[in-house]
Amino acid sequence: MSNEQKSKFDLSVLWNGIIKENPIFVLLLGMCPTLGTTSSAINGLGMGLATTFVLLCSNMVVSSVKNLIPDQVRIPAYIVIIATFVTMVQMSMEAFVPALYESLGLFIPLIVVNCIVLGRAESFAAKNNIAMSALDGLGMGLGFTFALTLLGSVRELLGTGKLFNFSIFPEEFGSLIFVLAPGAFIALGYLIAIVNKMRKA
Amino acid sequence: MLMSLTGICLIAGAALATVNKLTTDPIAASKAAKLENAIREVTPEFNNNPSAEAYKGVTADGDSLIIYPAKMDGNLVGVAVESNTKKGFSGEIKVIVGLDKEGKLLNYSVLQHAETPGLGSKMEEWFRADKNKQSVLGKDLAQGPLKVSKDGGDVDAITAATISSRAFLNAVNRAYSAYDNNGNHDGTTSATEQDNSKSDKKGGSHE
Repeated sequence: MSNEQKSKFDLSVLWNGIIKENPIFVLLLGMCPTLGTTSSAINGLGMGLATTFVLLCSNMVVSSVKNLIPDQVRIPAYIVIIATFVTMVQMSMEAFVPALYESLGLFIPLIVVNCIVLGRAESFAAKNNIAMSALDGLGMGLGFTFALTLLGSVRELLGTGKLFNFSIFPEEFGSLIFVLAPGAFIALGYLIAIVNKMRKA
Repeated sequence: MLMSLTGICLIAGAALATVNKLTTDPIAASKAAKLENAIREVTPEFNNNPSAEAYKGVTADGDSLIIYPAKMDGNLVGVAVESNTKKGFSGEIKVIVGLDKEGKLLNYSVLQHAETPGLGSKMEEWFRADKNKQSVLGKDLAQGPLKVSKDGGDVDAITAATISSRAFLNAVNRAYSAYDNNGNHDGTTSATEQDNSKSDKKGGSHE
């Protein structure tokens, strides 16, 4: 983990979140929304972008107020900050993209307890400056989005023969299990194995 | 310690109040537009405001459903009934069913469901496909409730989703029962009923 203080502006922090420390494939954080929302590529993308926004904002705010918050109350303070941004996302989604809001439903408020968000606030933003924290939040968020979209695409393609709602092959040849919960575990397992193999090579 | 936590909560509260204020109108507008579109989709062309003239109809099992009358130049051309059923495979199914004056099914639209993706979730397309005995469009509900073939009816159930299909037909039958029992084929309603249904509709959306 890159928990050590980084003082210089360092773009590697961004890549770190996307590839080297990808929250899903490497850190294995936030499995609940990962398995729950990825029944289609568009759902995975929407969930990923919502989480990215929350990560970016909460990391920046936590980093900027880190010296004002006493150590004893830092967790409740972080949770309040995170919950505020999640609620904002939820309201905006309901107002402007009601279709996506309906399909993600319960998983949006659950971003509050997504361990990636609190984990990055605690282990990175609380120790680094605002710019670095923003980069870390963006990197982690994009890594999360990438992983969720990939998993959603695989499940949608194998399950229904579609990709982002475009038919690739007829639905009759799809295997329904990939859209259901067990398929999420199977697809995720194989994706993690492939990514680990590629990382080591 | 107390000060910093209080401060954070105050700022968070103020930020949320602002966003809430900004999004209340768009949320209400998008909900209204969705309902309006659903009504338009299932009824013949109309030029009144069905949600303003909505009233409640009591079903055979004692429940009540919201009925939106569609009128062309003041004459009733059909109704859209917002129906629901709890007999689904998982959770409540909400459909809006369009009927003409005589109780013939014109069209339907599934508003909300939590049926199995790929099986029960096919109901949006399945029951309007003109294949075998799948389609329910044009069925005369006045001649008795719809049933799936397995229960002696003449509607083909969705392959591998008979429970969802039964539930869907149940919702359709309930819609007709609410329209029929209300004895309101001429579309006249009392003002008090309209007010009730409006306030109930508001409360129901938070369920």
